[in-house]
Amino acid sequence: MAKMVLDFEKPIIELEQKIEEMRRYAGNPDIAAEIVKIEVRVNQLQQTIYAGLTRWQKVQLARHPDRPYTLDYISLMTKDFVELHGDRSFRDDHAIVGGFARLDDVAVMIIGHQKGRDTKSNVYRNFGMPNPEGYRKALRLMKLAEKFRMPVVTLLDTPGAYPGLEAEERGQAEAIARNLFEMARLRVPIVVAIIGEGASGGALGLGVGDRILMMENSWYSVISPESCSSILWRSWEFKEQAAEALQLTAPDLKKQGIIDDIVPEPKGGAHRNPEQAARVLKETLLQELKALAKVKPEKFLERRIEKFSKMGVWVG
Amino acid sequence: MAWFKRSKENIASETQKKEVPDGLWTKCEQCGEIIHRTELEKSQFTCAKCGAHFRIGSKEYVGIILDEGSFKEYDRRMRSGDPLKFVDTKRYRDRVSEAMKKSKLHDAVCWGTGTIEKQPIVLAAMDFSFIGGSMGSVVGEKIGRAIDKAFKTKTTLLIISSSGGARMMEGALSLMQMAKTSAKLARLAEAGVGFVSLLTDPTTGGVTASYAMLGDVIIAEPGALIGFAGPRVIKQTIGKDLPPGFQRSEFLLEHGFVDMIVHRKDLHAEISRLVRYFSTRSPGSHR
Repeated sequence: MAKMVLDFEKPIIELEQKIEEMRRYAGNPDIAAEIVKIEVRVNQLQQTIYAGLTRWQKVQLARHPDRPYTLDYISLMTKDFVELHGDRSFRDDHAIVGGFARLDDVAVMIIGHQKGRDTKSNVYRNFGMPNPEGYRKALRLMKLAEKFRMPVVTLLDTPGAYPGLEAEERGQAEAIARNLFEMARLRVPIVVAIIGEGASGGALGLGVGDRILMMENSWYSVISPESCSSILWRSWEFKEQAAEALQLTAPDLKKQGIIDDIVPEPKGGAHRNPEQAARVLKETLLQELKALAKVKPEKFLERRIEKFSKMGVWVG
Repeated sequence: MAWFKRSKENIASETQKKEVPDGLWTKCEQCGEIIHRTELEKSQFTCAKCGAHFRIGSKEYVGIILDEGSFKEYDRRMRSGDPLKFVDTKRYRDRVSEAMKKSKLHDAVCWGTGTIEKQPIVLAAMDFSFIGGSMGSVVGEKIGRAIDKAFKTKTTLLIISSSGGARMMEGALSLMQMAKTSAKLARLAEAGVGFVSLLTDPTTGGVTASYAMLGDVIIAEPGALIGFAGPRVIKQTIGKDLPPGFQRSEFLLEHGFVDMIVHRKDLHAEISRLVRYFSTRSPGSHR
């Protein structure tokens, strides 16, 4: 697969390629010593580049086309996945996937947005932008989880709910609102992880829960930087400024009191080592689920009200 | 000296037209009728000729819907804390101050208690004139407190929505107000307390995708724009013109997303009827 390289990744990738080439001659002690030197430089470079990423660069990482998506995490983290389809009312939305799965021995209902990786699969997945039936399918699966007293894990990764004509006809707003309402009172634990893009209501429609986690290089906000730029600056050119102003990275959201924890990613981002990214996410999810296992079913609504009531800043 | 001078002001967007001006005479945007202020007030700010509903604020709705003098407002002075120190072409702080000065309000919603044909009700009403009725922390918190009050006193809740959506300048905190209000509405529902949602022009974005669409009964004013995405965005996405009447109240009624369309002059009577049903305990019911 053709790897996509972001501008700020280039110096690192170039050095890595150089190392690869030199390894062919690693028998030569001089070259072997040189490799070690370059490796040190790669390490230093990685540290300085990734410590200094702007918010816009993090948005680019969150959208990296090689980044693991929901189905990648499901295959890397879980076993025995049984995918379920359809909202039983209109059709199956391919932008949201879900089903039964096991994290080690813990049976869960895992649901997430699903993007495609090339033109064909992106058309099939509608670029990860759900229609109302996607949210309704997700809700149907959550109700199943409640019936079988199984915790729910949701993975958020969407550029937004689809702003189409039919989506409006079928009640996009109602579908999202209904999910917020029903997720708040679902009588099983819900752990939410933002794995890539958390764009607005389209993300939040799967995002109400007991614990909210964000992968290190994901973003979550009320609007995408591009749309924010086009509305407030009346031009698409101010996306970098908009990303800064929106404060949409994982550390930002931690500071704002919206998320509970940041899930660290491998050096350079989840796409550089999906297996490791999945391992860390899986361990984190298991810990969270273990802590929530003790909560009584009738307590979830009160706890979630308390959690979300704390969010917001006002005077007077 | 230049022959032509570009006006500094931006082109007004299509959603900002129908406000009631301060002057003595108002021209109906829809039919061109020129209406005197006193006439306008008598007709609850609708056009007597063509029925167009002018955009009005929370104060006017309180006057139209509640029993006279019954309204008691809470948290009137709550205002935004500018959590992100947000700056775009302007500082958010300055936008808020300007909006406060212009609208004489502190944010885009007001809430309180009152009566409707002597039945108690908790009411929250939004003001589109305050930064497009956008929902930030203050709107979320005040709506949340209205829901709490309805829950604690087991009183029917009425929320009158008018909003362009969540407020960008408070980032993800604005988004979370959708979750906050919806979670509280879930508790209200479990307590068996009724909730009437009234949608007025326009109700879009995050407000529609949370409390506005969660009413036990959803009423829309005639001709109101109601939707998730705005028409401009949808047009851009699909690359086609939108059909006439798309996302208007009548369209939503047709597609099953609102219960009824009610002319402003009938709101008081219609909502009162609903409140009466909500508090009925029929013989044989266990509550």
